[in-house]
Amino acid sequence: MAAAEFDIPELKDDIEIPKLREGAMAHAKTFIAPKPVQDFMGYPHELGEDWKERAIDKMGDLLGKYRSLKVFLDACVHCGACTDKCHYYLGTSDPKNMPVARQDLMRQVYRRYYTTAGKLFPKLVGAKDLTREILDDWYNYYHQCSECRRCSVFCPYGIDTAEITMAGREILNHVGMGQKYSNEILGKVQKIGNNLGLPGPALEDTLEGLEEDIEADTGVAVKMPLDVKGAEVLLVTPSADFFSEPHVESLIGYAKVFHAAGINWTLSSHASEAGNFGLFNGNYETMRKVAMRIRDAALELGVKRIVVGECGHAWRVAYSFWNTLTGIGYGGNDPFSIELQKQLDPTYPQPQHICELTNDLIKSGKIKVDPSLNDDLIVTYHDSCNVARASRMGTEPGGQFTIPRELIKSVVNNFHNMADDTIYESTFCCGGGGGLLTDDLMEVRVKGALPRATALNNVVKEHQVNFMATICAICKAQFTKVLPKYGFDMSMVGGVHQLVSKAIKLD
Amino acid sequence: MIYAGMFYIATLLLVVGLVYKIFDYSRTPAPLKIPTTPAPTTQKGVVYRMAKEVVLFESLFKSNKWIWVFGWLFHFGLFLVLARHLRYFTEPVWFWVGIVQPFGKYASIMMVVGLAGLLARRFLVDRVRYISTPSDILMLVLLIAIGLSGMLMTFVVHTDIVALKAFFMGLMYLDVQPIPMDPILLVHLALVALLMVIFPISKLLHAPGIFFSPTRNQADNPREHRHVAAWAARLDQNN
Repeated sequence: MAAAEFDIPELKDDIEIPKLREGAMAHAKTFIAPKPVQDFMGYPHELGEDWKERAIDKMGDLLGKYRSLKVFLDACVHCGACTDKCHYYLGTSDPKNMPVARQDLMRQVYRRYYTTAGKLFPKLVGAKDLTREILDDWYNYYHQCSECRRCSVFCPYGIDTAEITMAGREILNHVGMGQKYSNEILGKVQKIGNNLGLPGPALEDTLEGLEEDIEADTGVAVKMPLDVKGAEVLLVTPSADFFSEPHVESLIGYAKVFHAAGINWTLSSHASEAGNFGLFNGNYETMRKVAMRIRDAALELGVKRIVVGECGHAWRVAYSFWNTLTGIGYGGNDPFSIELQKQLDPTYPQPQHICELTNDLIKSGKIKVDPSLNDDLIVTYHDSCNVARASRMGTEPGGQFTIPRELIKSVVNNFHNMADDTIYESTFCCGGGGGLLTDDLMEVRVKGALPRATALNNVVKEHQVNFMATICAICKAQFTKVLPKYGFDMSMVGGVHQLVSKAIKLD
Repeated sequence: MIYAGMFYIATLLLVVGLVYKIFDYSRTPAPLKIPTTPAPTTQKGVVYRMAKEVVLFESLFKSNKWIWVFGWLFHFGLFLVLARHLRYFTEPVWFWVGIVQPFGKYASIMMVVGLAGLLARRFLVDRVRYISTPSDILMLVLLIAIGLSGMLMTFVVHTDIVALKAFFMGLMYLDVQPIPMDPILLVHLALVALLMVIFPISKLLHAPGIFFSPTRNQADNPREHRHVAAWAARLDQNN
C-alpha cells in the first residue's frame, strides 16, 4: 500500500511557474472502486464492451442537464490565463494539470462527437475519438483536480474546471471506473450516517469521553448532546471532528460556545456528517440523498436552527445547495420546502456557519473571551477553497474572508495574513480536497501543497508564525500529514474553534 | 454575383447558428447555484459584474496582464473598427458613427497589434504553445489578414467605397449591385464571410457564452431564494 517514492519539492522564496514536464504525473492513479462499492452506488465495476457508447451517451445526458458544462466546453479560447493558476500544475509541472489542458481532455471528445467543427475537421480543432488512452487520462487527471475553483476566478469567461472534473468523474463512474476512496465514503455515509463509518453507539461513547475530558480540563460540565428532541440548534459537523486530531479540538470549541451562550443544541446520529462527497462526483441525486439525512434529522428532532461546523466543501454544499437539494433555507413556496421552513427560526440564516454564530455571540458580548490565553501563538489563516470561492458568510460578499478573520482576531493577539495572491479568492487549495485525501494519491497531495507551503514558509520566516488556522476538516487532515514533509511541525495546524476553545471564558 | 450570394449565405449561417446556440444555452438548466464568490447578492449587482467582465475583462486583468493588454487592444480595436464600418450599411450615416470614423481608422492598428501579441504568445510561452490547436493559430491569422487587408485599403490603396456602399445597401434592400473588382477588397470580404461562417461553430462562441456562464451570471443568494431546475424539482415530489 506504500505509495511509490517521489521527491519532495524544495521550498523557494516565491511560488514559481515551472517549465512543462510532459507526463510527469501520468503514473499517479488512484485506486479503482471494487465491485461491492460500485454495486451499492448502482454503477458497474468494470468496463463493459459498450463502454464507449455509455461514456458518450452520459456526456450527452450531462450536456442537457448542466448549462455550465455546455457553455464551458464551448467558450474556452485557449488564451492561457488559467495555465499557471492550478496548485497541482505549480507543484507537478505536468501540463495536463493546467486547468485548460485538464478541460481539453474532455473538450477534445466533446468536439468530436457533439460539434460540427469537430465532426468535419477533427485535426484542425483538436477533436479526438474517445479511446482507452483518453479514458485513462480522464481517470488520472480528473483525480488530480481538487475542484477548488481557483482557475474559475481567473478565467475571462468564468470557466470552472471543477464542473468539468465532476462531469468526468460521473462519466467514469457510469462506465465502471469509480474511485475507491470517494465511493467507499459515499457508501458509509448512506449506510451508517457518516463518512468515517462511526455507528451511533460508538459516537455516543466518544462524546461522553470528550465531556469527561473537558470537565477534567476546565472543571465545567460542558455537554455534547446527541439526538435531543426539541433542541434549538442542530449542529452538523464533519465526522472527523469526533475523533481526528486536531479536528476534535474544534468540536470542543463549538461545545464550549454553545455552553457559554446557553444555547440548547444537539448533534444527530442519523446526520452525523456535514461532508458530502456527492459533490466531488458530480452526481446530483447522490448529493441530494446524502443531504436529505440532514433535513430528515432536522424534522425528526424539531430543531429551529441548523448550524454547520468547520468543513469547506460541506459549507459549500450547505450554503449553496441545501436549499436547492433539501429545502433547508428560505424562499421556497412548494409544500416540500414549506414543511421545513415553518419549523425554522426566521431570525437566523439557515443554514448558519459556526463562525457566523460564534462571531455574532462575541461581538454582541453574549460570550466572553480572553485573547491573551493564546499569546503563545502567532497565527495565520488559510482560506479553504470551497468557503472562499463557492460560498459566503454574513450578509456582504466577502464575509467568508472577514468573519473568520474577525473571529480569530478576537481570540488571539498575534495575527498575520499570508501573501495577498495566496489568500481570499486567490487562496490555494490545501492539495487534498475534492476526494483526493487518500494515501494512494500522496504524491499528488504533497506536490499540490507546494504553493500553500511556500506562502506559509514566508510568514513563518518573516513573522515567526507558529499556527495556521483553517475551517475545513480536509485541510486539517491534509496539512497535518503533508506539511511535515516540508519541515513544518504538524501541530501548527488547527481549527479556528480550537483557538476559540482556548480563549473562551466558561462560567 | 458570387459575392452577393456568399454574403447572403454567410449571414444566414451566422444568424441561424447563433440563434440556435443562444436558444440551446438558454433552454439548458443550471440546476445548482455556482457563482464564483465573492459574488453580487442582487441581479443589479450581477449586471454590474457582467459589464465589468465584458467591457474591461476584469477576471483576465486579475489573471495575466500580457493577455489582458493584447486581448483588450484587439477587442476594443475591433469594436471601433466595426462601428466605423456601419457607414457602409446606413444612409444617412448615423451621427455617432460619423464621430467614430477617425478613431476607427487608427483602431485598426490597435486591433492588429493586439492580435499579433496574442499570436506571438502561442509560440513563445511554452504553456500556451502546449494548449494551442491549429485552429487557434489560424483564427488569429484570419483576423490579422482581415485587419491588414482593411488597413491596406484605408491607408495605402484606396478602394471605391461609394460603389462598395452601393453594393451593401443593395444587399440589404434585395437590389443586388455590382461589387468593385478590387483584389484587396475581394480578399478582405471573402475572409470576413469565412469568419461569419465559422463564428457559430467555433470558440468565437465565447462572445454569447459569457452571458450564460453560471459562475458569472448568478446572484449569490442561495439561502434566501430556493433555486430548483425543472428536472431536479421532480425529485422533491418523490418524498
